[in-house]
Amino acid sequence: MTLKSKESLWLSGNEAIALGAWEAGVQVASGYPGTPSTEIMENLSKYDGVYTEWAPNEKVGLEVAIGASFAGVRALATMKHVGLNVAADPLFTASYTGGRGGLVVVTADDPEMHSSQNEQDNRNYAFAAKLPMLEPSDPAEAREMLARAFEISERFDTPVLFRTTTRIAHVKGVVEQGDRDATAGASIEKMPGKFVMLPGPARVRRAEIEKRMRSLRELAENLEENRVEEGTRTRGFITAGTSYNYVKEAFPDAAVLKLGMIWPLPEQKIRDFAGTVDELIVVEELDPFLETHIKAMGIPCRGKDLIPAQGELNSFIVRKSIDPDTVGQLFEPLDLPMRPPNMCAGCPHRGLFYGLSRMKDVFVSGDIGCYTLAFLPPLSAMDSCVCMGASITIAHGMAKALGKEGEGKIVAVLGDSTFMHSGITGLVNSVYNNSYSTVIILDNRITAMTGHQHNPASGYTIKGEPANAINFEELCRAVGVKQVVVVNPHDIDATRRVLKEEIARPETSVIISRAPCVLLPEEVRRKKPVYMTNTDNCTGCMACIRLGCPAINWNPITPEEAVARGYKEKQKGYSMITEEQCNGCGQCACLCKFDAIAGKEEN
Amino acid sequence: MKQGGNILFSGVGGQGILLASELTAYAQLEAGFDVKKSEVHGMAQRGGSVVAHLKYGERVYSPLIEPGTADIQVAFEELEAARYLLYLHKDSAVVVNTQKILPPAVATGKASYPDNILDELKSRGINVVALDAFAIAREIGELRTANVVMVGAMSNFLSVSPQIFLDVIDQRVKKQFCEVNKKAFQAGRDIVYS
Repeated sequence: MTLKSKESLWLSGNEAIALGAWEAGVQVASGYPGTPSTEIMENLSKYDGVYTEWAPNEKVGLEVAIGASFAGVRALATMKHVGLNVAADPLFTASYTGGRGGLVVVTADDPEMHSSQNEQDNRNYAFAAKLPMLEPSDPAEAREMLARAFEISERFDTPVLFRTTTRIAHVKGVVEQGDRDATAGASIEKMPGKFVMLPGPARVRRAEIEKRMRSLRELAENLEENRVEEGTRTRGFITAGTSYNYVKEAFPDAAVLKLGMIWPLPEQKIRDFAGTVDELIVVEELDPFLETHIKAMGIPCRGKDLIPAQGELNSFIVRKSIDPDTVGQLFEPLDLPMRPPNMCAGCPHRGLFYGLSRMKDVFVSGDIGCYTLAFLPPLSAMDSCVCMGASITIAHGMAKALGKEGEGKIVAVLGDSTFMHSGITGLVNSVYNNSYSTVIILDNRITAMTGHQHNPASGYTIKGEPANAINFEELCRAVGVKQVVVVNPHDIDATRRVLKEEIARPETSVIISRAPCVLLPEEVRRKKPVYMTNTDNCTGCMACIRLGCPAINWNPITPEEAVARGYKEKQKGYSMITEEQCNGCGQCACLCKFDAIAGKEEN
Repeated sequence: MKQGGNILFSGVGGQGILLASELTAYAQLEAGFDVKKSEVHGMAQRGGSVVAHLKYGERVYSPLIEPGTADIQVAFEELEAARYLLYLHKDSAVVVNTQKILPPAVATGKASYPDNILDELKSRGINVVALDAFAIAREIGELRTANVVMVGAMSNFLSVSPQIFLDVIDQRVKKQFCEVNKKAFQAGRDIVYS
């Protein structure tokens, strides 16, 4: 497809999903930001005629969408793969209730963990929750399949799972656009037998699910998204999602059964296809999901005995796994210094974690956000990170296990948006059960990691309209925290003092580390000093280097160079600030005891 | 059938790789190709090594360049020119900005910055075109156009006419920055054979 037609656009998968949802007449959409799903809601919020919101977490978001469906309109919930774990509770029972308006749940998986803590394969949720799941192969299909997903949802009275991966969500391709479907009017309709899931009605609905799955299996046999592409029959491939693209490039002449609906499966269609090929190979990323279910039908096939079950695939891996002799030699990689991501120059988190990095016997129970990067050297100030909100609860669990031994040694750290997402209940638990763990809320006024989304504490909605901003101090006191201290993390000395006092306190106390993200537009615009190094005064003590700020570089020197520069012969190097990169936080100046770093006002 | 190709963009988060790859993609779309581009958002963007894959042709399936098949690499930083060697072949062209951004281990004195990167590439037969895109951008008067200077230099290796790139800049860049970006493109284009 090219851009020659006036109706075509060049969109990312996420932009295409927003377009497809809008065209399908979606009227309510809720989600929590998470890579690689975030841009769906961001783009959808720009369309007229659809209510969009950032929810504090994915469970809330999905429940909002269920409510809209109960009121009779088409509704969408978006989240990353691990978000569906949080939303699994409403998901499994929404499978029983169904809805009135179409309900589509987008789960964006992240094979290879580009920006995630695990690479779980959410196709398994379709099986477990007994729900149909669609999976597109590129942005154009993503847009088209959204319409199909809503149609299936309403026709079969079921939520529909819509799975993407990073290589759909963040791939740009040519996408056709169309008109918007007519939207339904919302209304109240009481349907207690369908919406009240007490054991009695739930047992009735449970039987409905079995009927629904039978109908969906019939649908799968004739759905145009499940199609055979003719080709040579010595090898036939069954594939779906982005793996389809890799098969088409690695084996362009082979016959392919491409599945657009990956649950439930079209058993007869698969059996027929298998019967016409000499060897059947299933190519899929991550788990042997299709393979397992195809084998359970008694159809012999190959799959994970050839194709890796972890990480992303590409056409090279697919070709090499199946025909190892046909791939050429590649250049060997060079041994180069790694370039992991780093907190930005001037990031407020750095000051707080610098303080924690100086407390070697303290266990830092971390969480999910930009600040997880404090794990990396030179700060190396995070000792665990499991899932959203787990910092507080893991710290509490450790404290209870350690008893007296752990006093003054356990601290939880999480961001403002993560605290809203699922930290509050953990804090309630810590207070209720008399914990001594300290909780640090990194309040940078925004959900930063995913690219600056608003949240219930930022004071604005997804559309940038003013909203209530939660007051953390009041909230923490309301759940029973007696000691709540606010500190400016750029003030290194004050921060270290507060950390020492609060971590030693034998009760749950909260430190709010408050300073805005340096990338916020108002922070970028704000006049700030620029710090510069007076290298004559630098003694090479490396105190500033231990911040790990990307604007500060260490310049190694030989003894001769040291003498020539007027340093002591044994000085191994000196620090240098790249002024263009400095964001003026002043943390390094706090640390320098030799007047080698000073601020100058920027014009 | 028109000849397609694979272009890899690499650099450090925040260097303007997104705009550079977008302009290139739109130029190929204008030239009548199907184009797919793949990039990674989220955590990787925070000053880490970033890469974008751009593929164009009659019909493009995979959004990922197959290792060993990148025709052109546009590297915004020297180390990042060598990090994705796996994707190159001996006839690849690498257009590299000679800027050095020290990775954390180097900036904190734990490792040193390799000093022979471009020679390593050349010794494998790769056609290396090195330019100081920042110096060129500074001359033009807008440091932030260094990425478009790189696009200009890279455009020499494509069959798409430079006029298409200039038109794309007109369509895709904010009005007040069009002229300076077109100048940057032209300066980058001129540097390769000057």
